[in-house]
Amino acid sequence: MKDFDDREERVGKLKGLGCARKRVEDARFTQGKGNYVDDVKLPGMLFGDFVRSPYAHARIKSIDATAALELPGVIAVLTAEDLKPLNLHWMPTLAGDKQMVLADGKVLFQGQEVAFVVAEDRYIAADAIELVEVDYEDLPVIVDPFEALTTDVVLREDLDTSEPGAHGPRKHHNHIFLWEEGDKTATEQAIESSEVVAEEMVYYHRTHPCPLETCGCVASMDKVNGKLTLWGTFQAPHVVRTVASLLSGIAEHDIRVISPDIGGGFGNKVGVYPGYVCAIVASIVTGKPVKWIEDRMDNLMATAFARDYWMKGRISATKEGKITGLHCHVTADHGAFDACADPTKFPAGFFHICTGSYDIPVAYVGVDGVYTNKAPGGVAYRCSFRVTEAAYFIERMIEVLAIELNMDAAELRRINFIRADQFPYHSALGWEYDSGDYHTAWDKALAAVDYEGLRKEQAERVEAFKRGETRTLLGIGLTHFTEIVGAGPVKNCDILGMGMFDSCEIRIHPTGSATARLGTISQGQGHATTFGQILASEIGISSDNITIEEGDTDTAPYGLGTYGSRSTPVAGAAAAMAGRKIRAKAQMIAAYLLEVHDGDLEWDIDRFVVKGAPDRFKTMTEIAYAAYNQAIPGLEPGLEAVSYYDPPNMTYPFGAYICVMEIDVDTGEHKIRQFYALDDCGTRINPMVIEGQVHGGLTEALAIAMGQEIAYDDLGNCKTGTLMDFFLPTAVETPHYTTDHTETPSPHHPIGAKGVGESPNVGGVPAFSNAVHDAFRAFGLRQSHMPHDHWRVWKIAHDLGLHG
Amino acid sequence: MSKMHIKMTVNGQKKELLSEPRQLLIHVLREELGLTGPHIGCETSHCGACTVEMNGKSVKSCTVFAAQADGAEVTTIEGLGNPDGLHVLQEMFKEHHGLQCGFCTPGMITRAHRLLQENPNPTEEEVRFGMAGNLCRCTGYQNIVKAILAAAAEMNSAKEAAQ
Ligand code: FES
Ligand code: FES
Repeated sequence: MKDFDDREERVGKLKGLGCARKRVEDARFTQGKGNYVDDVKLPGMLFGDFVRSPYAHARIKSIDATAALELPGVIAVLTAEDLKPLNLHWMPTLAGDKQMVLADGKVLFQGQEVAFVVAEDRYIAADAIELVEVDYEDLPVIVDPFEALTTDVVLREDLDTSEPGAHGPRKHHNHIFLWEEGDKTATEQAIESSEVVAEEMVYYHRTHPCPLETCGCVASMDKVNGKLTLWGTFQAPHVVRTVASLLSGIAEHDIRVISPDIGGGFGNKVGVYPGYVCAIVASIVTGKPVKWIEDRMDNLMATAFARDYWMKGRISATKEGKITGLHCHVTADHGAFDACADPTKFPAGFFHICTGSYDIPVAYVGVDGVYTNKAPGGVAYRCSFRVTEAAYFIERMIEVLAIELNMDAAELRRINFIRADQFPYHSALGWEYDSGDYHTAWDKALAAVDYEGLRKEQAERVEAFKRGETRTLLGIGLTHFTEIVGAGPVKNCDILGMGMFDSCEIRIHPTGSATARLGTISQGQGHATTFGQILASEIGISSDNITIEEGDTDTAPYGLGTYGSRSTPVAGAAAAMAGRKIRAKAQMIAAYLLEVHDGDLEWDIDRFVVKGAPDRFKTMTEIAYAAYNQAIPGLEPGLEAVSYYDPPNMTYPFGAYICVMEIDVDTGEHKIRQFYALDDCGTRINPMVIEGQVHGGLTEALAIAMGQEIAYDDLGNCKTGTLMDFFLPTAVETPHYTTDHTETPSPHHPIGAKGVGESPNVGGVPAFSNAVHDAFRAFGLRQSHMPHDHWRVWKIAHDLGLHG
Repeated sequence: MSKMHIKMTVNGQKKELLSEPRQLLIHVLREELGLTGPHIGCETSHCGACTVEMNGKSVKSCTVFAAQADGAEVTTIEGLGNPDGLHVLQEMFKEHHGLQCGFCTPGMITRAHRLLQENPNPTEEEVRFGMAGNLCRCTGYQNIVKAILAAAAEMNSAKEAAQ
């Protein structure tokens, strides 16, 4: 018993895997002592800001900065002409296209960067912007991606569109690529010969990650030492360093990139934006540090939108509901430049995960990327690359098929789920799902909400509505999603040629504490807390005695950064592997100290114990001390390790979400009565952090499904450039969530973890949207596009004749 | 632009400075006084990241001219708690995981601090309404609400114990 207590106590002290450890980051954040990029203040620092285009498509006839330059405190005004000699007026995008840094002859979207004003403070910069005279000649504006593919209007005059683009031949001068996966002929045959076919256009509207902190940087060129330091809101600081080196010609070892605390990223802070390039150039030109912080309007109008996928689907099944085929064609609006942040070989990201949780024998996906006069971007807003679009598509198609079959949508899902015994499962579109148990999760979810009871209540409500006794309807939004996260593997995933591995370096200090550095960067996920827990369980040192550092390229090992829920699957795995290297050496040291053979030792929580002799052991603290202070024959002093981890496969978290929504037919208002979220993210590192991630992701999903949108008028004016028009839910609109879990470890991840941060966004959007659709199913609604704001919901009711 | 002479008490300390009439309080706090706890999320009074207390009221300091704060008592996140320890709200935000990226947190806590002065015993609904001027993109509010309710309970029992 004593032994047991002792072990319990030692496990408790570790604060390792699986415990709800409180976050180490919080002490500084709760006291206002975070250090975000706008908090960086350097002597003599200047402030840069952009003159932006009011037009969506126009030729620039002239730019006159004379008046601006005369304003006291204005140091410089940069235009494309100034960047040309440096060959920095254009820059490559992550998607194999190029993008203007400053408008070169014409502008292609409203809010585009035209000139960069550098001044002594932000007020003077703002004044100077007004004084820069730009003479525009407006051109016809194309905002509709379908029209873009038929119009004579050429958006990208800089390209020879008769030549193939980065992803093959173009069909039209505004066409970027056609990307295909799956067997088209077999899919068409399967669908044509099926008993039941459902067809639908599912639009996932343009939206924006809108982290609470906008993007920004401080560039500081030290001309004496030839070194450039760049602080910024970078989700991938090492990649930024490489790109900055390639673009500027400054050697990579002379560039230091620092991601300080980041106020949320959600995909918004993956890309390289004109502001970073201009700040660097301005610092080189002036010899002074230059800060650029975009304001909210800049952020919403110009910096990295998400989604904008028109998904035309056909799904077929037997009369009994067994799915026989899935066909999908996407028209993808990429805006003015193809600046999507996807791994190079995947111009539509991992959209071909769109067979979802279902065993679909044959499928085909084709995605046409199209230029329009809208802001560039196409980032993964809290999801792995285009996975949210895929999940929304299949979860809507399942609902539409259920209508076609006149079948319960929960049952239709159950019939088609990939069974637990089918894993590892090879999908028709080429993925190998690592593990899952969908039926168990689904049954648990349905039981938790009393699904049958809800359906009964819903049917009664419909009857009561028809009798005129109520004006609210009940919607039951179902979703079973499968994510794909954790890119690599390096063999097929790279960004600008850099393989998507990640890294961890650990140094054990003589007194038995440790410092670990990783190639990722937290933007609120709590890496300093959870990576410490992974390591604690691997190396037997309490997480309270392990400092986690990230985000400084001078100290951290090279890594591809944090997005696509890749931190736990990739860097978390690197941490575990580096920890195992430490333990392997520690074992040799312990063997020497205990005068036994390595193989006679076994690991026990925080020590090596001689097998069969529990009183003979060496703790990690003792081993660490010996590593530095004792000459051990055949072993180098010290206790350090580094691991660069190339994952063998991606991980496939999944979940079952159910949203119960009351809808007022006369006002279109909704109230979420219940939201149940079951997540399976494999091994759970910190349940408190997981729950927090789920709450946050669901709230972003709520925003997207129920109101958030980047909208344009016919002239390409962005109608949603402020938080007045762009919906971010407050505590009032946000419901209370119930979280739950099953735990199906990933078989290929060192600790079985899969990643969770983005699941709730991927699963949440279809759950909210399906609830709206489901409320009106009895009255004949099949498909209505998001966002389901009150007006649009009112319109559904109106068009269905429910207003009498 | 000619500057104005402004005096205010910030976190209990008297401050005097020269400010352009158009300068916003948030910029004076962050850039002149080095108080970078309050953040800028929108500059249009929507997000609440810049929330501070001015003369016993929560204000969004991006929408207050520094000149309007002349003679005022201003409290920022840096003024809560004391050298020996965290304010109960700060403790409870940590305890209940009421923050992730931390960008909204100073504004949230400063606002919650005022809310609990105005209503020491709020219901969950009152907390949600009382905090509706502060946006958070990370947490989904559930744990923020929990933290504030826990802080209220803690502060009330401390008060009772003192009586
Ligand atoms: S910055 Fe003041 S409310 Fe957003
Ligand atoms: S914790 Fe990130 S915005 Fe609230």
